[in-house]
Amino acid sequence: MTLPMPAAEPFAGNDVPIMEMRGISKAFPGVKALDDVEISLHAGSVTALIGENGAGKSTLVKILTGIYQPDSGEIVIDGRPVQFGSAEAAIRGGITAIHQETVLFDELSVAENIFLGHVPRTRFGLVNWKAMNARAAALLHSIDAPISPYTRLKDLSIAQRHLVAIARALSVEARVVIMDEPTAALSHKEVEDLFRIIERLKGQGKAILFISHKFEEVYGVADRFAVFRDGRSIGSGLLAQTSQDQIVRMMVGRSVEHAFPKVDVAIGSTVLKVSGYSHPTEFDDISFELRRGEIFGIYGLVGAGRSEFCQALFGVTRPSAGTVELEGRRIDVRSPSDAVAAGIVYVPEERGRHGAVLQMPIFQNISMPSLSRTTRAGFLRQAEEFAMARRYAERLDLRAAALSVPVGNLSGGNQQKVVIGKWLATKPKVIILDEPTKGIDIGSKAAVHAFMSELAGEGLSVIMVSSELPEILGMSDRVLVMREGRMAGTWNRADLDAETLVRAATGNA
Amino acid sequence: MTALVVDTPPPRRIPDRLSTPFRRLLGSWEVLLLAVTIAIFIANSLASPHFLDPWNLSDATYNFTEKAMIAFAMTLLIISGEIDLSVAAIIALASTAMGAAAQAGFGTPALVSVGLGVGLLCGAFNGLLVARVGLPSIVVTIGTMSLFRGIAQIVLGDQAYGGYPASFAWFGQGYMSDFPWWPALPVFEVITFEMVAFVCVALVFGILLHQTAFGRRVYAIGNNVFAAQFSGIPVERTKFVLFLLTGLMSGFAAVCLTSRLGSTRHTIAAGWELEVVTMAVLGGVSILGGSGTIPGVVLAAIVMGLVTFGLGLLNVPGIVMSIFIGLLLILVIALPIVFHRIRSRAAA
Repeated sequence: MTLPMPAAEPFAGNDVPIMEMRGISKAFPGVKALDDVEISLHAGSVTALIGENGAGKSTLVKILTGIYQPDSGEIVIDGRPVQFGSAEAAIRGGITAIHQETVLFDELSVAENIFLGHVPRTRFGLVNWKAMNARAAALLHSIDAPISPYTRLKDLSIAQRHLVAIARALSVEARVVIMDEPTAALSHKEVEDLFRIIERLKGQGKAILFISHKFEEVYGVADRFAVFRDGRSIGSGLLAQTSQDQIVRMMVGRSVEHAFPKVDVAIGSTVLKVSGYSHPTEFDDISFELRRGEIFGIYGLVGAGRSEFCQALFGVTRPSAGTVELEGRRIDVRSPSDAVAAGIVYVPEERGRHGAVLQMPIFQNISMPSLSRTTRAGFLRQAEEFAMARRYAERLDLRAAALSVPVGNLSGGNQQKVVIGKWLATKPKVIILDEPTKGIDIGSKAAVHAFMSELAGEGLSVIMVSSELPEILGMSDRVLVMREGRMAGTWNRADLDAETLVRAATGNA
Repeated sequence: MTALVVDTPPPRRIPDRLSTPFRRLLGSWEVLLLAVTIAIFIANSLASPHFLDPWNLSDATYNFTEKAMIAFAMTLLIISGEIDLSVAAIIALASTAMGAAAQAGFGTPALVSVGLGVGLLCGAFNGLLVARVGLPSIVVTIGTMSLFRGIAQIVLGDQAYGGYPASFAWFGQGYMSDFPWWPALPVFEVITFEMVAFVCVALVFGILLHQTAFGRRVYAIGNNVFAAQFSGIPVERTKFVLFLLTGLMSGFAAVCLTSRLGSTRHTIAAGWELEVVTMAVLGGVSILGGSGTIPGVVLAAIVMGLVTFGLGLLNVPGIVMSIFIGLLLILVIALPIVFHRIRSRAAA
């Protein structure tokens, strides 16, 4: 699968990197997470680390912050090799990290949160409150955060908390700042604020390692890039000289078609008929018909009641009114086991919490709802379980070291494949996918979409809940828009356009 | 159906396992326990000349057989993420009920039914409160622990029930050679009914946990109750059944213990709940749920039995033994955690 790759170019300019990682390898049982990777960071420059989930980005960050020790290779700072035996050693070495979710403490003040663990002290070893508050104020000022150091954290907004987390990361004397998907939970405006902070840090001569899935952010803020794939360095260089297509090709090792692989399928007779489905608080009077081979999109803002509706359809919660007919017969779904028995299955949004039992092996997860078919008189037959797991693993192009590996060891995209495989093994009639591609990488995303089309082609009816407009527009035969728990309308594929859907979802008629 | 492609690789062949079952066994907690069992056996036989006497060894099994029968059911319950601290109190209540029935002149089959029936009822009560009402099991069973034993205390006061029929004594005092139809080999003169029951119960629960769909669901529930529910597993019903089984085994232990002692006081089996939980945890059952095996608990039962027996032969007083049990409980909860830390540090 090797493609002609632009060779890693020597860095333009005359700046010497302040930090280099050379020949870093790290293996875990069954997986080689990093294999001889290189990356260098330069003063006053932002390097974007790009790669699919499972490419080894998080492992690299953990090595750099002293949480993991590499099996081989060296980290060089200012020409001198260093070793980080612990997280404290990495901080002393001048490396700090801003994570997606830094743990902060509600009952403490902003200044205390910033300096927790390295509080300035007086001669007598007591907390030097004056110095702490002054330094906190200076730090907050340096990132343009209009927050008083005396405020209790619980009185701040989410965005302000995020600024405190950044101030905390910068409160140690750092030359290298790692930002691991810092924008994942931020709104557009907050992302812009973050970018301004990054510009300031560049001005102070810090080297920044920026990790993000989003190309517009990478191109918006980074100067250099390094691409990892399957634990190896694939390429690096200056972003200005590299096109987005080139980077995508490096990431996935193949070119991903931008169009969604929606295939026209002969739509059959009605499979599922939902009438007047209501819940006391979450949704009200939802009605629609779903036909064979149809992909039915449900679009809406977060909190519009889409997941709650789907979970009620799957028997997790009970509706207060309304009926469901499956293939013309009225069914009463009181629990997920009723739903599965009837042929309705649900791939939940939160994979790790609701979708898979992460501690248990792949094959046991896949056979879990189908145990009646892999057992005889209630007794397990492991050969049958492995055969079933293998069938769906191959069909979904699952990447795993072995079928007895815990699902938690897999990347997000592969975990999703296990959850989908588990349901396909029950031979369902209706499959509900709740944000099926949330937080998974481009390659797996395309694979999930292609697979959805394939399932529809085989006569399965698909309900797809999504907040991503391109996905809804690209994949759906019909779209139901929900707003505040109610139906805002349904549209056929021919009449779909982004503006209409967004207007329906937000209520700006 | 061409989606994304420059070159589509053939489907990957994923192996079933990375290491052979034998290699996984070597690194397991059970093998460690087996080594400990052998070590204790050797140490005991060196420490006391009376240890290897077959009759003494036969008597020593009473140290663990009754508790172990409850521990097997408790193992499944703990793996599912619940716990039952009322087991010893169920014994007290079941034994009291049997005593009352014996006073009323009922025969042995009726007494056994009463013992098992009370156990089932108590288990159903716990199960209803936990699985159906949704209360935390630790709170529920601390409550029922006082409740069940309280009832026994009100009924009995300072009195004791005795006067069980002669044939009833066989459960706790009988040997296999007492069976007229059992082959008359000398070895069966030292094999007690309880030993045989212990082996049978271990087999039944071992098969239930490791070889059936029910057992698989127990593991799934203990590891991630939401994902289990979202996979169509009937979580409430499974937990209810586990409480029923634990109640039933407590009832059975009550039959054996009452038969062995020949009388019932309200303090019967006092403190057993901790020994039963210790047994399960020593056997490698994670107190947080999700993992553990029946073979591990079988070995743990034997280890605890041998240690108490060995200390008894050396005339170590009872209070020292209970200190020992307490230390053991802390140690076996701490050891796996320390173990895990060392291993993850080595991996890091």
